Amino acid sequence: MKVLKGRTAWAGFAAGAVLLFAVAPALLSDFRLGLLAKYLCMAMVAVGICLAWGRGGLLTLGQGVFFGLGGYAMAMHLKLADAGPGNLPDFMQLYGTATELPWWWRPFANPVFALAATALLPMAVAALLGLFIFRRRVRGAYFAILSQALAAAFAIWLVGQQATTGGTNGLTDIQGFFGYALDDPVNQRMVYLVIAAALLLLIAVARQLIHSRYGELLVAVRDSEERVRFLGYDPANVKLVAYVVAAGMAGLAGALFVPAVGIISPALIGIVPSIEFVIGAAVGGRASLVGAVLGAIAVAWAKTTLSEEFPAGWTYFQGLLFIVALAFLPGGLASLAKTVRRRKAGAPDKAPVVAVGEAA
Amino acid sequence: MTVILGQTFTGISIGAVLLLIALGLSLTFGQMNVINMAHGEFIMAGAYTTYVLQKSISSAGISLLVALPVAFLVSGALGALLEWLLIRRLYLRPLDTLLVTWGVSLMLQQLARDVFGAPNVQTRAPDALTGNVTVIGGADPLTFATSRLFILGLAVAAVVALSLTLRLTPLGRRIRAVVQNRDLAEVSGISTARVDRTAFFLGSGLAGVAGVALTLVGPIGPTMGTNVIIDAFLVIVVGGIGQLKGTVIVAFVLGVLQSVLEYSTTVSVAKVLVLVGIVAFLQWRPQGLYTLRTRSLV
Repeated sequence: MKVLKGRTAWAGFAAGAVLLFAVAPALLSDFRLGLLAKYLCMAMVAVGICLAWGRGGLLTLGQGVFFGLGGYAMAMHLKLADAGPGNLPDFMQLYGTATELPWWWRPFANPVFALAATALLPMAVAALLGLFIFRRRVRGAYFAILSQALAAAFAIWLVGQQATTGGTNGLTDIQGFFGYALDDPVNQRMVYLVIAAALLLLIAVARQLIHSRYGELLVAVRDSEERVRFLGYDPANVKLVAYVVAAGMAGLAGALFVPAVGIISPALIGIVPSIEFVIGAAVGGRASLVGAVLGAIAVAWAKTTLSEEFPAGWTYFQGLLFIVALAFLPGGLASLAKTVRRRKAGAPDKAPVVAVGEAA
Repeated sequence: MTVILGQTFTGISIGAVLLLIALGLSLTFGQMNVINMAHGEFIMAGAYTTYVLQKSISSAGISLLVALPVAFLVSGALGALLEWLLIRRLYLRPLDTLLVTWGVSLMLQQLARDVFGAPNVQTRAPDALTGNVTVIGGADPLTFATSRLFILGLAVAAVVALSLTLRLTPLGRRIRAVVQNRDLAEVSGISTARVDRTAFFLGSGLAGVAGVALTLVGPIGPTMGTNVIIDAFLVIVVGGIGQLKGTVIVAFVLGVLQSVLEYSTTVSVAKVLVLVGIVAFLQWRPQGLYTLRTRSLV
């Protein structure tokens, strides 16, 4: 899978940067650019999924949890900044449930703590869970189900904590972003640029990891865990790193999603959104970074466009996407491109080998 | 004392529902390593079958009795169709079956929404199942809901029927053979493809029966399957894949645990605590409560 190597990779990277930083802001209206910012956040999650699932065979159906942890960490800080020092966020005053700030809200008033927490909090949760799960060789379907149960439990828990997390509504109506008013289109463009830069950074990090010795190990663990163990490596650690990095990426994505959209709520991070994160990567090509990123953007775009026009139609289409992408095109659209290239080169027409995942 | 007994009974009845749902899943999961996310929608199909039957049969009692076999057939047929169309192409990729069947489940949910409307519907329970049974009378009475007792009975009947089928019939022997060693079963002359489809039919049919039972305790709606499916999967993970004994024990234990924790904390905290408990349990037995002994390295 070293399609992008050396010079080609740099060219692609530069082209992506030009598109994101120059072409898109010049061509798109403020509204469209705002939507694109949202899609890029989905793509950031997909980068992590490409690493954990595409490369490591860890089907995580709970990325919503990490996205949510990052998002809530950021939103809590922004709420506190909006409210001013010593004041309660508006929803707490409205319900009158909390007369003073809960203790675990307090540290988020500090911008440095909040920013660090957007990535470190999800990573810590992933590390804890992964440690327990991977050490005892819980894997395959068991891991997928547990990660999904985690997403369900987290969303239910958030809904239950009406007084301190805003419950079903979540944290809404966020006004400012580190001193800049979010209703100003200029500042919205700034947020978009931050998100675009973050996406490029995450892609670079993931690419470095994939093309390192660690990346080789990760694929080896996916394809034959026992052999890696016999070679003297600990597969649990290898998987843990991929899971934790993916969680951190989802957390950052969630944190940047908040200023772009102005809201974070349990409905954005439960079971259904968690699975939706996966579908983008699956459609584009789970094992290919470019595929996963473009797939995530395309699916998010399709969702906005189609669900506005035909709300019912979108659900059917989404279901079909899952079925077609996974049953008939397991390598995603990226594998289609590769097959075509291979045919052109006159190589034997062999079906692309894809991540099989492990039998439970 | 009555509080404890009452909570335990509530837990057992939650467990009975869980058991009915997980029973079919356990069969398909154990048989073919297929994680069928559309199982929840087969439950929904069973529930809507009950609803449709009640529209045409005026007596609630008779319609319920008719609904049990009809729902079994409807959901079973849906399952066999799914197996034939999609799942047989995916046997070597268990994780992909999870996502593919999730896609199927999305489409079935939307179909239900288009056909029956988005709001929940309700069925009438037969008169015999609407009251309470008083177990301990007096100043501090302990009563059990009759519908809950019926579900418990249904769950026990389903377990007995399934376990007798697996133990005594030729089909059951073939299913067990395929679960234990697919390749060896195949070379022994068993058509694993046919056994798979039959097992999938049975497992999905059981989902339909669970759907009928669920109409007695809650509303029927397009998302009813999603709400229960994850708990059922957790039962199987903890019980051990393809292990009837494990499924039965764990369903009741998780039901009681959930009920007791809900009583002493809140619903949402109870969910989180149960999940923590499960992860802790898997530290002790990573493959679940009961496991098939095999010589494989994993």
